[in-house]
Amino acid sequence: MRSVTKRFGGFQALSAVSLRVRQGERFGLIGPNGSGKTTLINCISGTLRTDGGQITFDGHDITTLPPYRRTRLGIARSFQIPKPFVSMTVLENLLIPIEYARQGHHDGVVDEALGILGLMGLAAKAQASSGALTQIEMRKLELARAMAARPKLLVSDEAMAGLSSNEVDDILAILFELNQRGITIIMIEHIMRAVMRFSERIAVLDAGEKIAEGVPDVILADKRVEKAYLGE
Amino acid sequence: MRGHAFLVVAVAVVAAGLAVTRVLDNQYYYFAAYVVLQYVVLATAWNILGGYTGYVNFGTPAFFALGAYTAVVLIRWVKAPLGLQLVAGAIIAGLLGLALGYLTLRLRGVFFSIATLALAVVLQTMFINWEYTGGARGTSLVRPATAPLFGSYVQFLFVVMLGLAVLAVATAWWIERSWIGRGLAAIRDNEEAAECMGVPTLKLKLVATTVSGVLMGLAGAPFPYYVTFVEPTSVFDLNYAVNSLAMPMIGGTTTWMGPVIGAVLLGTAQQIATVTISSALNLLLVGLILVAFVILAPEGIVGLVQRLARPRAERTRRSGP
Amino acid sequence: MITLDLFLNAVTAGILLGGFYAAVSLGIAIAFGLLDIVNIAHPVFVMLGSYVAYTMNLRFGLDPILTGLLFTPVFYGLGVLLYRIYYASFERKGAEALRGLVFFFGILFIVEVSLLLAFGVDYRMIEASYVGRSFHIGPVGIAFRLLVPCVVGVALTGALYLFLSRTFYGRAIQAVAQDSFALRLMGANPFKVKDVAFGLAIGTAALAGALLIMIGPVEPAMNREYIGRVFAVAVLGGMGSIGGTLVAALILGVAESLTSTFYGPSWGVAVSFGVLLLALAVRPSGLFGR
Repeated sequence: MRSVTKRFGGFQALSAVSLRVRQGERFGLIGPNGSGKTTLINCISGTLRTDGGQITFDGHDITTLPPYRRTRLGIARSFQIPKPFVSMTVLENLLIPIEYARQGHHDGVVDEALGILGLMGLAAKAQASSGALTQIEMRKLELARAMAARPKLLVSDEAMAGLSSNEVDDILAILFELNQRGITIIMIEHIMRAVMRFSERIAVLDAGEKIAEGVPDVILADKRVEKAYLGE
Repeated sequence: MRGHAFLVVAVAVVAAGLAVTRVLDNQYYYFAAYVVLQYVVLATAWNILGGYTGYVNFGTPAFFALGAYTAVVLIRWVKAPLGLQLVAGAIIAGLLGLALGYLTLRLRGVFFSIATLALAVVLQTMFINWEYTGGARGTSLVRPATAPLFGSYVQFLFVVMLGLAVLAVATAWWIERSWIGRGLAAIRDNEEAAECMGVPTLKLKLVATTVSGVLMGLAGAPFPYYVTFVEPTSVFDLNYAVNSLAMPMIGGTTTWMGPVIGAVLLGTAQQIATVTISSALNLLLVGLILVAFVILAPEGIVGLVQRLARPRAERTRRSGP
Repeated sequence: MITLDLFLNAVTAGILLGGFYAAVSLGIAIAFGLLDIVNIAHPVFVMLGSYVAYTMNLRFGLDPILTGLLFTPVFYGLGVLLYRIYYASFERKGAEALRGLVFFFGILFIVEVSLLLAFGVDYRMIEASYVGRSFHIGPVGIAFRLLVPCVVGVALTGALYLFLSRTFYGRAIQAVAQDSFALRLMGANPFKVKDVAFGLAIGTAALAGALLIMIGPVEPAMNREYIGRVFAVAVLGGMGSIGGTLVAALILGVAESLTSTFYGPSWGVAVSFGVLLLALAVRPSGLFGR
């Protein structure tokens, strides 16, 4: 039974946000700009220290663990603005999580990396410099890298922002596939149709507070959510 | 360069060095070659932290001087042999690197760099005030007259420095090719992403800082016997700060070959230049060349060569079926 | 031996020194605090200012403060030139931070060695009517060579504060670090704003350098002592808050003065390093930080 509970108190960007995500769930997180979504992700991944509250993952209290330890426990994330390791090829980018997140210095690493690239549709670009990719390729690389860490939980931070409709479907398919393989996914998105289609449950943040949580239809009908996005 | 090729080259270099000592008697060449080799060590050491990991160390003199002064203390205290001086210098300088890293590597990279600057100034103040090592006036040492197997002690020092240079370059070469090197590169490219991909960034940075410190301390330990007169101004010379930085930047920071090329080219040029121009003018030229390279050719000579080689390969690919 | 007299004198000297440190640190408060440009070469431009004041004093008997004011536009131009090179080579291409840092180190080096070549390693100082005079308030001695730089330093700080808070460009400079998009909407060009800001930062070095040589003799290598000081002040002061810079400078001045008096002058420099580390460990956003 895998659950993630977060309670933050007194943090300027987040006020006492509590969430519980079940193992294998597809969880959506939405909210207007500046509501604290990325801050929350940074707290989960460990990039930011919380000022109050607790985070538990898979039975472990990870509140004070540094990011790399959390990754080794099984949390992976993709970045809103892609952060590839630009001096390396696409393939080499994947070697980092394979070697470090799972500490595998074994002989199958390259093949494994190629396998993941194949899943993402990036196999042809394996030897290309990771700095020279198109937008959607970079987003896929972000997800591929997170995948290479063999996570139990994957947090996808606005992986579809700015993409065309086809590209959005592309990414969505990948995320569904990953979930089929047993990975719990938290998706942060602005593209409503994607979130609604993908999520089993959704939480809504506004100005650092959780204002709603529930299944997509309920959220859609919630007046507070509407107000948060559209104003009075 | 693959493992076997590298080993062969390393052995050949050392053998060549040894052969030269049998043949060449003019001491001046050994003095000059020592300096160039010393820079190979310093440049390579700097690059492990600077080029591989992305953290700029402005305080090379601090580590170099610590190695030298450790040797001075050991010579005065127990008349220690060179071997002991080397080991002690390496350990002390390595500890300094570890301590500095522990205090500052959790902060932004720029604060680490400023800390290295301050470190050099503080350490220099310390040694100016320490009478045991001669204080501000300095202290003179007697270089042993002869060395085992070699005619003059200077030739012996030359061979020692040659060995240290090979050690330093071999260390850089190994790090570069290993998983440690990949982790350091990830830190350099994007530290936040690296940490989230499972790289223990603080630990790796500490390793880099310590290894870099150790190598710089090793470069400094034979220095007292080389110059026979050690005083703070010369040991903390700005020379070491700018050269250990300029040589990798000019040669190329992403691979072990860069610092070697930079050190050999720039070091030799400076040795030739010191007989014709003042040392201050020499430093000015180094500064100008450094700025020129940083602006125009940041990937260094190695990078330029790679860039020239690449289009040719692409051209042949495009002309295929 | 700690006596009250000694203590009071040390604190007073520290406060006066602090006023001067504020003047030196203003350039970094702008460049690093507001523009996020790590200009470690700033202190060496202050040295340049000192030598300019020295030369003008030697050749024409000009008062250093006058020289400082006269040359501020020249240094402003120098700052603009430097920023444009920096921008074209690094900022526009999004180059890694390492290169910008090395660039400014190179500039630092070039200027320091040029000064060395031009003036040599000997200490240089100026002749002015008020240097050497002092007066007393009770047990406390106040030297003019400290008082005048302090007063001018505080005045410069005040002037800069007014500029940043009251004028259009001043407010734009404060905003540019946080939101260049909003800036464009306001009708200001972010590049132009940073251009002016950096010019201003180096511009302050002209007067700061003149003040420096009033306090005591100078030699080119001194710039490295000041790097620790100015960054300590900038961080402690909240990275861009001018008021914070003044307060932080005063704190540093007093801390250094006390250390120098009771532990010897050579340890004064280490204090700034300690203050910086302490500030970063305890409150990275400084005392007045955003």
